[in-house]
Amino acid sequence: MAGLPLISMRNIVKRFPGVTANDQINLDLYSGQIHALLGENGSGKTTLMSILTGLYRPTEGVISVEGKEKKFTSPRDAIDSGIGMVHQHFKLIESFTVAENIALSQASTSFLISQETVIEDINKLGEKYGMSVNPRSYVWQLSVGEKQRVEILRMLYRNSKVLILDEPTAVLTPQETRELFLNLRKMADDGCAVVFISHKLNEVLELADKITVLRGGKVAGCFDRSDTNRYGLIEMMIGREIKVAYSSKKEQTIGETVLEINNISALNDVGTLGLSGMSLKVKAGEIYGIAGVSGNGQRELAETLAGLRPTTCGNIKFYGEDITDMSPKDMIERGISYVPEDRLGMGLVPNLNACENVMLKEYDKPKYSEGWRIKENAAIKATKAIVEKFDVRLGSIFQPVKMMSGGNLQKLLLGREIASKPKLMIVLYPVRGLDIGAIESVHKLILQLKEANTAIILVSEELEEIAELADRVGVIFSGKILGEFPIGDLDIERVGSLMAGVVEDKGEPI
Amino acid sequence: MRIKIQKSLAPNLVSQILVPIFAVLASLLFCAVFFALTGRDPLEVYYAMFAGALGSEYGISETFVKMIPLALCGLGIAVAFRMHLWNIGAEGQFYMGACAATWVPLSFPDWPFALMIPAMIIMGALAGGLWGLLAGWFKTKWQVDEIISTLMMNYIGILWVDFLVYGAWRDPGGKNFPLTAAFPSAAMLPTFGSLRVHYGIFFVLIFATVFWIIFKKSKWGYETLVIGSNPVAARYAGINIKRNILLTMFISGALCGIAGMVEVSGVVGKLQPGISPGYGYTAIIVAWLARLHPIAIMGVAFLFAIIHVGGFMLQTMGMPSATATMLQGAMLFFVVGADLLTKYEIKFVGRKVGEKND
Repeated sequence: MAGLPLISMRNIVKRFPGVTANDQINLDLYSGQIHALLGENGSGKTTLMSILTGLYRPTEGVISVEGKEKKFTSPRDAIDSGIGMVHQHFKLIESFTVAENIALSQASTSFLISQETVIEDINKLGEKYGMSVNPRSYVWQLSVGEKQRVEILRMLYRNSKVLILDEPTAVLTPQETRELFLNLRKMADDGCAVVFISHKLNEVLELADKITVLRGGKVAGCFDRSDTNRYGLIEMMIGREIKVAYSSKKEQTIGETVLEINNISALNDVGTLGLSGMSLKVKAGEIYGIAGVSGNGQRELAETLAGLRPTTCGNIKFYGEDITDMSPKDMIERGISYVPEDRLGMGLVPNLNACENVMLKEYDKPKYSEGWRIKENAAIKATKAIVEKFDVRLGSIFQPVKMMSGGNLQKLLLGREIASKPKLMIVLYPVRGLDIGAIESVHKLILQLKEANTAIILVSEELEEIAELADRVGVIFSGKILGEFPIGDLDIERVGSLMAGVVEDKGEPI
Repeated sequence: MRIKIQKSLAPNLVSQILVPIFAVLASLLFCAVFFALTGRDPLEVYYAMFAGALGSEYGISETFVKMIPLALCGLGIAVAFRMHLWNIGAEGQFYMGACAATWVPLSFPDWPFALMIPAMIIMGALAGGLWGLLAGWFKTKWQVDEIISTLMMNYIGILWVDFLVYGAWRDPGGKNFPLTAAFPSAAMLPTFGSLRVHYGIFFVLIFATVFWIIFKKSKWGYETLVIGSNPVAARYAGINIKRNILLTMFISGALCGIAGMVEVSGVVGKLQPGISPGYGYTAIIVAWLARLHPIAIMGVAFLFAIIHVGGFMLQTMGMPSATATMLQGAMLFFVVGADLLTKYEIKFVGRKVGEKND
């Protein structure tokens, strides 16, 4: 495209301790364009945008605004340069009115703010872009869609030229999504540069002029809308060099059906259907891999199995017993183990030490307690055993676990769950954020558990991982399994398109 | 070169003990400046204070009298705070406990000591406990913030006592003063000789030890610790959070209720308005400064009792009664501020590019 880019990011590198979140990223944003940033979770989209909005400082690299090099030391600098962002979690003050929230962002106005002027301006902007919100209503009274409109209006009110939206459609109904797209197009036509972060292919293809795909913190490709197609993008998102190594899995007899999920639905955190009509079966000694772009119901599935999320319909059977909507304790007692993706947020208690974390789910079993009393020594012994068996490296078992590295946390967590001898284990993204050595040992642990005849559901976004470990693969999309494959017939192309929600030959899917 | 403050990974035990002690000394130094500015010799002031509180049998006895309710309420508060349940209703629970305990001797003045005292303890614990439980129930039922509900229920508790002593429970032979009849001697906790300090001190010792063991060794102590540190993990581990909120609020309130019972039965000998000069509020500071450790609570309560009693001595020197409050405030300020030193470490580093701006 001709002309100077409005924003130009050159060779952006961002390193966090142990991880390179962004690696030599180049990105040009032009006014009048809608630019989609596509990539899976953890591919570095949000980090890149946090750099552009001044939340992070890049380790290396240069940002120029209209050709002039800028150094953002705070979000205020980015705002002053006309860059605005709507975060996935809205940053509004619930007990303020819409007008107050919008006026608040205008730190440079004079000491006194005229409510009436602000309200008038908001109404004008709202009319112009077809985004009417009553400026006098309180934010807590608004629907999610309306809150998003307030966020967008706030950016426009600040005269932002670059509008960044992080997964804006995640919380919207299809109709609201269409409206949003129309409005975004209008804003682009008025000279704004719009950045649209998403992992939903359909939306990106519908809306964007230009598409940049990120994978593993690097730019995997950058195209014009017209030069690309769905399949090219899928390949790029999930990585083209999928080596399906049918590895040295031991032949093993698969046992009886352990878990049977029949047509369950459940709400997600924002109150829409996270699971809708999900069904699957897992047998003893089998690893059932769930492939899919994250955010399609994986966490909701795991949480219903852990008793943490109520279902709205359907039933779950465990060894023939109906366990639908039982309490977390009941699920644990039946031998259902859930290894959550958020290790420190859910699986472990950061401020407690390793021993206290090891007994977390069994503290009231005779193993660790006696009457009212905790058997401290038993916990210490069990912890030492786990540390040794699973090669967990830590300073001391009496230090808070928040001091441990990600890989060791995962080993401790998995070690605890494996030591509880589960009959069914559901593991979410077990190797996310781990280095190669740790990945290998985590995989070994999962395979050992399979040999112990445990039924395992492995949720992953890495197809390679699933191909290597699983016996059967189900592709999850929009809260249900769209297709299932025995590992021998794994067709990467088909899996890829199912992950994007495309069921091409309608009769076929299992 | 610049200074960087970063989260210390392993708070070490020495700094955890030394830092608060230095903070207390610093707060004394800080207040000394004010004493000097008002033309007093700070040494003389502190001497008067400590000598007043600790220099005589009478002073020591008075200090213990103040320490007992502070420590009991502090323990009650610590039980709840450990679970991150912000029960600031100790004052109200104290009044309700005192009130229910008073009901026993007023209704059954002829009961013997062996029946009277246990009945008063049970009534005090029940009333304080139920008062706390009510706030816990609001929280589990309608997600009412316990800070608000316990705070507001303080006023109800205090005014309820006023209502009774100005009305139904007023002693007919009391010349119209808002007091209940004096308790029969069977309803009074024994004192040490002729001093005012009473056997309530044993309650403190017993409960502090019991809760120290509960916190360290028991399943329930572990549950509340997990809920307090990470409620999501607690739910994931199958811990019943609602039940624990109710139980914890009850026990927390019960301890404060017992404090109220001990106060009427050990010191006052009747129910009257203003039986607590804000013990329930000061105890929040006590529990917090003691880092919710039951044994440390006894120590901090003793320190605050010294300031309290010493404060009276200062009034006889013509200094305002707010002096003691100022000292307490300064201590809280310095100890909480010094927390930074135990949780964070200060490092001198060379300048690096690309650090996270936070």
